[in-house]
Amino acid sequence: MSGLTPLIALGQAAAPASRTPLVVICLYMCLLFALGLISSRLFRGSSKDFFVASQSIGPFMLLMSVFGTTMTAFALVGSTGKAFSLGIGTYGLMASSSGLIHAACFFLVGIRMWSFGKKYGYVTQIQFFRDRFESKGVGYLMFPILVGLIIPYLLVGLMGAGKYIFGVTVGMFPGTFAAGAIPEWLSGLVICVVVLFYVFFGGVRSAAWANTFQTIVFMIMGLVGFYVIADALGGPAAASEKALANAPEKLSREGLMTPAHFMSYMLVPLSVGMFPHLFQHWLTARSAKSFRLTVIAHPICIMIVWVPCILIGIWAAGLYEAKELVVPPPNGDPNPNAVLSAMVKTFMNSSPLLIGLFSAGVLAAIMSSLDSQFVCIGSMFTNDFVVPLKGEVSDRQKVWLGRGFIVLIVLITYAISIFKPQNVFNLGVWCFSGFSALFPIAFAAVYWKRVTKAGVIASVIATAVTWSLFIYDALGREVGEQWFGVKEHGEYLIAGVMPVTFICLASVVALVGVSLATRPPSRDTIDKFFPANG
Amino acid sequence: MKKVVFGLIILLAVIHQDVWWWDDNSLVFGFMPLGLFYHALYSCMAAGVWAMAVKWAWPSDIERWAESADEPGGGQ
Repeated sequence: MSGLTPLIALGQAAAPASRTPLVVICLYMCLLFALGLISSRLFRGSSKDFFVASQSIGPFMLLMSVFGTTMTAFALVGSTGKAFSLGIGTYGLMASSSGLIHAACFFLVGIRMWSFGKKYGYVTQIQFFRDRFESKGVGYLMFPILVGLIIPYLLVGLMGAGKYIFGVTVGMFPGTFAAGAIPEWLSGLVICVVVLFYVFFGGVRSAAWANTFQTIVFMIMGLVGFYVIADALGGPAAASEKALANAPEKLSREGLMTPAHFMSYMLVPLSVGMFPHLFQHWLTARSAKSFRLTVIAHPICIMIVWVPCILIGIWAAGLYEAKELVVPPPNGDPNPNAVLSAMVKTFMNSSPLLIGLFSAGVLAAIMSSLDSQFVCIGSMFTNDFVVPLKGEVSDRQKVWLGRGFIVLIVLITYAISIFKPQNVFNLGVWCFSGFSALFPIAFAAVYWKRVTKAGVIASVIATAVTWSLFIYDALGREVGEQWFGVKEHGEYLIAGVMPVTFICLASVVALVGVSLATRPPSRDTIDKFFPANG
Repeated sequence: MKKVVFGLIILLAVIHQDVWWWDDNSLVFGFMPLGLFYHALYSCMAAGVWAMAVKWAWPSDIERWAESADEPGGGQ
């Protein structure tokens, strides 16, 4: 709270800041309500339509919904903050590697998963795994693990939105809220309600529509915002020169990361191959050809969003060192999550309308991930937990069960978001690390005939144990008393590399070792998933 | 051609580790740090290689199998 003191003083002492940005944000939310209503009219009432949009999504909407789903607070708020702390290397850590790895996951795994979904009628990832590994138990084991990993991902979105809105609304309501800013709990609540509204009525079809619209909004507004900030700084060359003069280390990687650390980050984007919400988007594709545009354009879309964010982050570092930018300090150090909002607030100040539009773009990026994750969670609960346990469930009941569980998980996530603030980028990386370590299971499922149920169970357990152990060591123990790793430049590293390296290693060793030591799957299963012509 | 495409994908994975200008903070076009410029270019190269993969290594057999009419439905 001490870090808020200067802001509180500012919010109470100064005249109220213009509320135009907030009005624009509210109008944007109303637009989403309207979009939700329109897309829900297209809802056909069946569970297949609610969960996979009756496999009717074409190439452009697939690209927009897949890209929008993978870009969240992590990409905008997180990347700017990380570039502020760790410099330009942030782009190589996550963005350029994702251009290669994400597209590889879509091409090598996504198309095959889509083909099985199309052929055998799967709606969720776990349905596929249960059949492929001949075990209902695998489904029951994976369900809590996947839901448990999605919750931090949802938290990334809610917390990123809360921090951002707090930053841009400072001084708007002096005397009403601390620092005169919209509190994080209120932003989170509004976002949850809006996203829940359109997802509740239209399912994944509404999510795909909203994602397409919101992805276009955040890409355009991101570029406009970048142009305006650069212009206010005297042009991109002047801004970069200032960064070079005041924070030269942020323009290279020397001293901020090592090649081993950098290389180990390449494992993190593997997570998209195992994201259940992305699997669900794959299944919405009308045909395999719909994937073509996504595979090719995804690296370019990432570049369009991330390069401006990284530049804004290093410019902010230069300005901060030159004492021309105030970034709220939570514990003595500047808060990386607040860097983007500080830059927007400082350098778009002449146009509150533009601040509002840019902020709508940031929220669009965040909400375009939340909606898919909400639908996915409802889908998993219904199809992977209730249906296998209960047996006969009507189509209508499936839709309502899905909706009910979505509401429950949103409530839980919202409650956690209020009480557990963390660095958005780091929390995202922990969540992705867990999914990355499970990726070998997805890969083996479509390429390795010899993988067995026991191997998969061993791999899931190895992932869960190592992930829990490392996250406890990193976040639950004091610096200097950690068992495995050390904190360097704000990152928890083990033997100089990201923990994901060891979590993946444990997962692969368990998967391969136990599979080879146990009985191979039946001939029927092999024939089903490895057709001679496929 | 398929082998060439997969070779290029492996090459991309290797050249991602650009240690050769690790400590170089010079600016390209007056505003873009060299390391960032390289990786932005890398994103474009990745898109190019994936376009080649779509053209020459597309899994048409899988697509045909999935869209064939036999054995529909079946998920639990």
